[in-house]
Amino acid sequence: MPEPLPSQEITTRTHTAEILANARRDTERYGLDEIFIVDVDSHHAELNSWRDIIGYVEDPVLRDTAEQMMVHRPQAGQLALSNYKAGLAFQDAGSRIPHQSGLAEPVPVDGNPRDVELVRRAMDAMSIDVQVVFPQPMLEIGLHPEPGIAVQLMKAYNRWFVEQILPGDPRIKTMLGLPFEDPAACVETIREFGDHPDVIGFLVTSQRHAGVHRNEYLRIYAELEERGLPLGFHAGPSWQDSMTATMNRFLSVHAMSFVTCNMTHLTNWIVNGLPERFPGLRTIWIESGLAWIPFMMQRLDHEYLMRQSEAPLLKQLPSDYMRQMYYTSQPMEITDLKLLEATFHAMDAENTLLYSSDWPHWDFDVPGRVMSIPFLDDTAKRNILGGNARKVFGL
Amino acid sequence: MTLSAPRPTSSVVARSSDVAEGGRYVVAVRDDLHIGLFRFRGRLYAYENTCPHQGGPVCQGRLVDGVRERLDAHRHSLGLAFDEDDPHIVCPWHGFEYRITTGEHPGAPRFRLRSFAVTEENGEISVAL
Repeated sequence: MPEPLPSQEITTRTHTAEILANARRDTERYGLDEIFIVDVDSHHAELNSWRDIIGYVEDPVLRDTAEQMMVHRPQAGQLALSNYKAGLAFQDAGSRIPHQSGLAEPVPVDGNPRDVELVRRAMDAMSIDVQVVFPQPMLEIGLHPEPGIAVQLMKAYNRWFVEQILPGDPRIKTMLGLPFEDPAACVETIREFGDHPDVIGFLVTSQRHAGVHRNEYLRIYAELEERGLPLGFHAGPSWQDSMTATMNRFLSVHAMSFVTCNMTHLTNWIVNGLPERFPGLRTIWIESGLAWIPFMMQRLDHEYLMRQSEAPLLKQLPSDYMRQMYYTSQPMEITDLKLLEATFHAMDAENTLLYSSDWPHWDFDVPGRVMSIPFLDDTAKRNILGGNARKVFGL
Repeated sequence: MTLSAPRPTSSVVARSSDVAEGGRYVVAVRDDLHIGLFRFRGRLYAYENTCPHQGGPVCQGRLVDGVRERLDAHRHSLGLAFDEDDPHIVCPWHGFEYRITTGEHPGAPRFRLRSFAVTEENGEISVAL
């Protein structure tokens, strides 16, 4: 009689290796162990370490406020000072996708935070050689009602991550979030951590209402360009803006807001000629999928040709600048292969696309997703899975 | 001369008591073939534990009734409700749902679980492999 599987139902407490056991089949089918795979976007659960992170808040009054919250409010140990939004709790589709709810599996204590071991397990299960790890709710920090608190929390998180997570495994890398509410603090952050070998770039968390073209930010871009470090724009959800506030389902909110935040920043970036002003600065658009790219190329080219006087710094079409930028692959919208192929052609995906898993989120992509695309040759697949990232990050 | 396809062989994979009414039982028939058995209103169903979307362990997901949106005579929405006549298995990787009774995605039937003929006799459950 055949044996039953040890886990009849996968839950939040199931071991990552068991959740991702089927991904190992792709490893054998596609020979993934022989391919250099860089995952440019994955996540760990910083709220599980929130008490520790709060300890890194520099402002003594704010830190005390948070510590008092954690003493006197039962749930503040994972939320104090944060702007965690209720919408985020809908991401697991009513617990239909448990790994989105949380990875609550047992992890032996070996001196590292449990997140290091969880990242290792995911990398091993998906044959990933290098994984760029980001936080989760901290990606919404740009919507915090008080900019001063947002700056303090981002700085505390960054220092905690560099000191507590990065030393845990040389395969773990990150692009640290910039405290974008304070341009001077951004430059300080780049100068403090820019030489760290595992900090391979910096990040604007895209859910924010800031014109990224404004003069006050330019010294940030100059600093990054001079150091040869890329700037990422990481998308996120918002159920509170004027568009998504009309929506009644998280499906709708996610479909739109993860894309429109990056569409907004990319538009400002190009129309204001930042690719001409910072030609050596590489930009990466993270976690907005791919379907928006050909739309933006056509839309911006169409408008630019009629209104050149509003974008006089441009020397090429907007779509030409877009082909000189980089994009992470997830969530790859594979519902119409002809449209996907046209998208890959339009964006020169062989040279601009960077594989990303987004693990452990509900719409993650395994590396086999790239290997299964029928119109890509072997060189293109290897570029997307790791070759392009090796070039962008100098790995 | 025509060659006929090899006849599937029937293999015992579980005892009847392993699959409760309304429940599931996932077994490793071979290293590369895991099968989920489901029993709904007395009838057994058998599907491969591989989601046609990205290969996730679909049979190890949440068992939950399909969701319907109720409309009144004027087509106003009255909200959502579970349909007890249409249980679903949900792939835990990405949430793709499939009808237990057909193996089809309820919104896009071109996504369909690989199914196996299943029989039950003398307290044992067999699938045709």
